[in-house]
Amino acid sequence: MIPLSWYLILAAALFCIGLFGVLGRRNAIAILMGIELMLNAVNINLVAFWRYRAAEGIAGQAFAIIVFAVAAAEVAVGLALIISIYRRRNSVVADDINLMKG
Amino acid sequence: MTIDTLIWLIPLPPLLAFFVIVLFTNRHRALSHSIAIGAALLSWLGSMVVFFRALQVEHFGEHPFGSQINWLQTGDTWFKIGVLIDPLSAAVIFFVAWTVLMIFVYSVGYHNYGQPKGDHDRKGLPPHGANVVDAHLHKHQVPSIEPMYSRFFAFIGLFAFGMYTLVISDNLLTLFAGWEVMGLCSYLLIGFWYGKESARAAAIKAFITTRIGDVFMLLGIAYLYSATGTLTFREIFAEETLAHLASTPAVGGFLGLSAAGMIGILLFIGTIGKSAQWPLHVWLPDAMEGPTPVLAMIHAATMVSAGVYMVIRMFPLLSAGAEHGALTSPMLVMSFIGAFTALFAATIAVAQNDIKRVLAFSTISQLGYMIAALGIGAYVAAAFHLITHAFFKALLFLGSGSVIHGMEHGVLHTGDHSVDPQDMFNMGGLRKKMPITFWTFLIGGFALSGFPLITAGFWSKDEILADAFGHGHWAVFLTLALAALLTAFYTMRQITLAFLGQPRTEAAKHAHETPWTMTLPLVVLAVFAIGYGWVGIPEHFPVIGGLLPNWFHEFVGGTLAHHPEAVAFSRWPLLTSLVVALGGLGLGWLTYRHYKAGAQDPLQKLLGPLHKVLQSKYYFDELYDKVFVKPVYWIADTFTNQWMDRGVIDGFLHAVSRLMLGIGPILRNYFDKPVVNGIGDFFGEGSKKLGRSMRVLQPGKVQSYMLAAMVLAFGTLFYYIYRLLRP
Repeated sequence: MIPLSWYLILAAALFCIGLFGVLGRRNAIAILMGIELMLNAVNINLVAFWRYRAAEGIAGQAFAIIVFAVAAAEVAVGLALIISIYRRRNSVVADDINLMKG
Repeated sequence: MTIDTLIWLIPLPPLLAFFVIVLFTNRHRALSHSIAIGAALLSWLGSMVVFFRALQVEHFGEHPFGSQINWLQTGDTWFKIGVLIDPLSAAVIFFVAWTVLMIFVYSVGYHNYGQPKGDHDRKGLPPHGANVVDAHLHKHQVPSIEPMYSRFFAFIGLFAFGMYTLVISDNLLTLFAGWEVMGLCSYLLIGFWYGKESARAAAIKAFITTRIGDVFMLLGIAYLYSATGTLTFREIFAEETLAHLASTPAVGGFLGLSAAGMIGILLFIGTIGKSAQWPLHVWLPDAMEGPTPVLAMIHAATMVSAGVYMVIRMFPLLSAGAEHGALTSPMLVMSFIGAFTALFAATIAVAQNDIKRVLAFSTISQLGYMIAALGIGAYVAAAFHLITHAFFKALLFLGSGSVIHGMEHGVLHTGDHSVDPQDMFNMGGLRKKMPITFWTFLIGGFALSGFPLITAGFWSKDEILADAFGHGHWAVFLTLALAALLTAFYTMRQITLAFLGQPRTEAAKHAHETPWTMTLPLVVLAVFAIGYGWVGIPEHFPVIGGLLPNWFHEFVGGTLAHHPEAVAFSRWPLLTSLVVALGGLGLGWLTYRHYKAGAQDPLQKLLGPLHKVLQSKYYFDELYDKVFVKPVYWIADTFTNQWMDRGVIDGFLHAVSRLMLGIGPILRNYFDKPVVNGIGDFFGEGSKKLGRSMRVLQPGKVQSYMLAAMVLAFGTLFYYIYRLLRP
């Protein structure tokens, strides 16, 4: 059976890729995709820990499903925001969106 | 209702009428005068009831009506006020009630009730007349209604309240209150036409002149109260109180007077002011500035009588300590001032041309008569003359008002406004135009002159002369006899100039008899001007003496503790009064019967430069102006205004303000700016600076926030791992 650490390494790698996407990309949609990757990395961790450490319960799966639901909602809202911003400013570059500059 | 309660109620209706008119009915003329006359009628009714009840009481002097209430607590006793109707006040309230009622009725006609409004009439000025067009399309100028009609009735209502209060008072304090209410009213009424400069000046003059007397009177009242502890007449007039006052020397031994003498003189100075005796007589002639006859009549027949009434009332005090036949100091002062004033004012009256000014001086002169009579101890005669004079002088003033009113009608009719409707030399022949006024004026004039036997004035004047003669006061007797001669002369001069002969101006030709509201009071008063004398015919008078009982002497004499003896009859004073009355009247008629319009006054030819002096009233106004008025103005301007006000007070204020101006910048520069502003600025500017330096933390880029969040998250994570791994 594949040891737990493999899953954790995979999840960490996925998280790092997502993090890079969030911090490194300029495109807002790409940033959103990076966030999705990070969320899914967390899901892998949740499911992996559940399977190896607490298979008798369902908490791990339940958490993972909640994260899916949250991610779906977040994407829906995030994409709507991005479309709205695009309509107003004709751009989806994150650096251009600086209305909150102090 | 008991008679005592009724006495309390007598003064109230006119007071209520005053308030009702002032507060509610000011705009409704008919309602206002109805209320005022109704109130006067109620008071009149009450007075008559009281008077006739008083007649039914035997020895009324010892058992007068009256009641008292506790009014003010003074230490452990009460200051009491109350009402008192004794024979004297019963006799006085009788004439007050009649004359007041007559004035009220007369005022309706005098202020042109029922006439149209004038085109140019303004409040504060006499009505100028109105233009009307009659059925034949003729234009007429007719008298117009007084613009402040209701106000007049309110004022005379208050006036009547003052007079009634004064008469029914049983103590000097409420008497003084009534006295001052009348002082106020006379000010208000003299200045009634306040749009005229002269009326304003006359109002102030009357107020200030009488105030001089009032101050002394108040001093006298205060002295009396401190000496006896009471102001109630019946307590003051108790034998032992009077004896005590007469034997105590005055404060500081002033001029060797007794306390009674001092108080008497102080009170008498009040009368000098109120009754316009020399040297405070100057206000009364000027008081004619008010709504002429009505006001003049109030001043002549009502208010000035109050001064005489007060001294008659205080006679037991004034005469306290008199030995047989000798006069006390107040009585000496009174007989001198009274006799002097009687002659002095009569000489002035001779040279006046204004019909009501003659009467004003005649009033001063007649009041002097009463004062002189009281001064020589002729108590009953003074009271008798007070009452008969009130009736016939009221009649004369109302008559003169009627004449002026008729003349004004003529002036308006002819449109010649240069004719003075009050100047007797512009009249003449009014006998045919105004018959009722003529006959009543004639009766009043003859009463004033003392026309023998039929008029009231004869009996009262004769009694005074008889008293002066009988007690051997020769100087007073001769002065008064001379004054009586002049009185008869100027009265006849007045009647001849105004009523007899032919009209001397167009206005006099078109003069018109006045409405019934004015003539009715004249007729009523004329009845009294004749009839009232018959109640006081001396018993020993030849032929008719004793036909009628000498009721007045018995009744009023009963007021005093010692019933005064009627003076023995002597033919000399009787002959004197016959000669002066008839002689004066005859001389007046002879001098003026052929007077032609525009000619010189015959008297002017006779007297030469003296006439001018008399006409100018011995220059008393000018003298007072120089001696009192001008210096007061000078002090007011130079001392009070320039030195005191501008120099001292303003100087002090300016110094303070300069000091403040100096302190201000110091505080500003060394406290306000550095400390107060500094603290404020520190917080304001500090927050701004802090904000500016924190600005860089808010780049507005979402990724840099995330980066920061990540760094913080990792930092926290590593910190906890480090804490966990540390041994």
